[in-house]
Amino acid sequence: MSSAIEALVGKEYQHGFVTDIEADTIPPGLSEDVVRIISKKKNEPAFMLEWRLKAFRRWQQMTEPKWPNVTYEPINYQGVSYYSAPKTAKPLGSLDELDPKIKETYDKLGIPLHEQKLLAGVAVDAVFDSVSVGTTYKEELRKHGVIFCSFGEAVQEHPELIEKYLGSVVPYSDNYFAALNSAVFSDGSFVYIPKGVRCPMELSTYFRINAADTGQFERTLIVADEGAYVSYLEGCTAPKRSTNQLHAAVVEIVALDNASVKYSTVQNWYAGDEEGKGGIYNFVTKRGKAMTNSKISWTQVETGSAITWKYPSVILQGDNSTGEFYSVAVVNNRQQADTGTKMIHIGKNTKSNIVSKGISAGKGQNSYRGQVKVMPKAEGARNYTQCDSMLIGNACGAHTFPYIEAQNNTAIIEHEASTSKIGEDQIFYLKQRGMSAEHAVSMIVSGFCREVFKELPMEFALEAQQLLGISLEGSVG
Amino acid sequence: MTTEARDAYRQQFGGATTEGAEWLRALRTGAMTAFDTHGFPTTRNEDWHFTSPAPIIEAAFAPMMPALGTLTAADVEPFLVPGTEWATLVFVNGRYAPQLSRVEHLPDGVRVMNLASALLEEPTLVGAHLGSLARYDQQAFAFTALNTALLRDGAFLHVRQDTVVETPIHLVYLSDAGAEGGVSYPRNLIVVDRHAKATIIEQYGATGDARYFTNAVTEAVIADGATLTHYKVQREGRKAFHVGHIEATQGRDSHFISFSFATGAALSRNNIYTRLAGAGCGATLNGLYMLDGEQICDHQTSIEHAEPNCYSRELYKGVLDDSSHGVFNGKVYVHPVAQKTDGKQTNNTLLLSPRARIDTKPQLEIFADDVKCTHGATIGQLDDRMAFYLKSRGVGAESARQLLTYAFAADVLETIELEPLKGELEKSALERFVSK
Repeated sequence: MSSAIEALVGKEYQHGFVTDIEADTIPPGLSEDVVRIISKKKNEPAFMLEWRLKAFRRWQQMTEPKWPNVTYEPINYQGVSYYSAPKTAKPLGSLDELDPKIKETYDKLGIPLHEQKLLAGVAVDAVFDSVSVGTTYKEELRKHGVIFCSFGEAVQEHPELIEKYLGSVVPYSDNYFAALNSAVFSDGSFVYIPKGVRCPMELSTYFRINAADTGQFERTLIVADEGAYVSYLEGCTAPKRSTNQLHAAVVEIVALDNASVKYSTVQNWYAGDEEGKGGIYNFVTKRGKAMTNSKISWTQVETGSAITWKYPSVILQGDNSTGEFYSVAVVNNRQQADTGTKMIHIGKNTKSNIVSKGISAGKGQNSYRGQVKVMPKAEGARNYTQCDSMLIGNACGAHTFPYIEAQNNTAIIEHEASTSKIGEDQIFYLKQRGMSAEHAVSMIVSGFCREVFKELPMEFALEAQQLLGISLEGSVG
Repeated sequence: MTTEARDAYRQQFGGATTEGAEWLRALRTGAMTAFDTHGFPTTRNEDWHFTSPAPIIEAAFAPMMPALGTLTAADVEPFLVPGTEWATLVFVNGRYAPQLSRVEHLPDGVRVMNLASALLEEPTLVGAHLGSLARYDQQAFAFTALNTALLRDGAFLHVRQDTVVETPIHLVYLSDAGAEGGVSYPRNLIVVDRHAKATIIEQYGATGDARYFTNAVTEAVIADGATLTHYKVQREGRKAFHVGHIEATQGRDSHFISFSFATGAALSRNNIYTRLAGAGCGATLNGLYMLDGEQICDHQTSIEHAEPNCYSRELYKGVLDDSSHGVFNGKVYVHPVAQKTDGKQTNNTLLLSPRARIDTKPQLEIFADDVKCTHGATIGQLDDRMAFYLKSRGVGAESARQLLTYAFAADVLETIELEPLKGELEKSALERFVSK
């Protein structure tokens, strides 16, 4: 079986090319001045600069967290450039004037930046290094009152919404990387769905890191007003480089009464080579706040990044609110992932459901770290957690660190976890039905992940399936 | 406050440095240095995240006064299992009480004595193992470091090769009224040689209502093919504090069966660690904690699979009433070489009151690929449908509640193989739920 799979080792990271484009990059280094420069470049109102500076000052007093189960070389925060934008970009969403090179880049990545019939169901905001280079279907969405634009644009055009919701779920003081992001974030996406509107198409942001020695710090804010619904997708890739790049993003979701938000991520940052050289450090804070009767659902497929440190969480603030987390995390070679979720039950009759599938191969280390917390007033809270790990090869590791804290006796909490390897007998069975070993493995793996994939929108589900195949190549043997 | 407490303990140490053989003095000094370096843990220490040891530290316990000497066999009687003639070592306020103990009817090849005597009679064996298992060089193990630095007495058990001890050996640690404001450091060493078999009951209790602190450490060396069954029964006084640390190492094809029964103390912490250091061994760690009032009880277990083809089973159950707070932290660690590991861990907790609180953290850390490990945790209250079923059969609401609560707890008590002890603990559980 090993030879069949080893034959595929040749294939590698497909999105590792570099776009040669002139960029407006500020010199490496981090100081209050840099924060001011970024704010000025973005032409931000005073409250934004104030907020950034508060975050920066807090960040200076904080220390990098050491508790995640990952090891990496210390990050030199002064060696990173905090702003890089393609020079030719017309930042405010004028797709027609988009630099052909950037357009080409996205075409190469399979992300259509022209409004075509084929993928008519998805509106895309494309973020290239530090800025958004274009957003599709804006007009169409505006008809429904949906605001979907880059963060920078939103600050200019809807400052009242930004001021109201920015930092309302992830305060700037939340953690080390969230504070850093709050100080220096350059762009990202903003979504507002008005009362009672069901967003007519999938919204999507595609993040691309291109420049070297830069960090990407984007911020996404999604507000679903009462009774609204939106499904949002996020994808990311980066070129192959031998140095590590930092990506510290923040995603905030506000789901007001009766609203429903579905957030899906396919994370495929460059993961470094077999020796663990290069790759993205993906330190992300994602959190949603669910008000009465609302629902927030996170789905993630994590295949890339040298290091992943990410806990999409839901604060179940309102009564009867629901939080969901579906995750597939794959580590191969020397990748390390410490990921999971937090479900904080505050309101009555709140429900949360967690399904986490970890796959470790090569020398990868995969940790699930989750917290389910039931506060004293959360009568009738219900949680079900399932986290399964699959090990491929004998040099990898799978770890589970669930924290379950109940302070209310009407809570019902169940947690199940299992760790196992792909059984020889399973492979044998499929082989004797005429399948190649490689096909058998991929079938077993996709069966293992099925519960999560079925939560993804169709286009993403297909991409995720393919990614999974590529990430695991060469790992069975 | 913490600094003062540290100084107080350092002072206690001043008196102990000159006692014992040279290796013992070195061990004590090493442990004291470790304590000095790390200090006491706080809730910022991951291993103490849910349980603050501050009440113990702030109480600044002084070395425990010798027993009043007024305890008689009748006072010890309630702590013994009726109808048994088991070998029993009784310690009062941390000191061996030979007049209350009985060590007879034991087969050849079994040596049971208090540790202070063993230090004189078996210096080589004790010197080889004492302090070698129970880790203390970390902040989380500050209490173990203190025990190691300040140990005075405890039990010593040595079972020679191929010897099977049919009846259990019962260790009873009592604190009388004179224990008020004092700390004792029971220290036990158990060595079970190749293919030998023994059962130990380690019980903690109080005859008065004193506020004291028991800081106990038990080390067990389980050689190839040996079996050790260890029952810990913690029924300390309701104002007392208890920190216990049990650490075992297992040879090839050996078995370690541990049961922790905890109902006493205002605040208790139990570390139960075993290292499966030989191929083909097995470990079973079960426990039951039943709390009410303002009690806090924290269990931390660790099963380290260091060799292939071992299995481990763990079932901990808790029944929490009133404003009590239970903590379970179970870790299963599988080394890269430990292929074919089969691990199963379960923690179920029943919350009887709206103010009760449970924090549970079952952890798996797995570095080998050919393993089968599962863990599960549930938290809930009594099932209304079960209560309804019983009511429909004519059982009153209160009785149904008691019956179901008892049934929940009895489930894990069933795993106790020692019948008389099982009966005794079942009785104790039943009384607890029915008396209310």
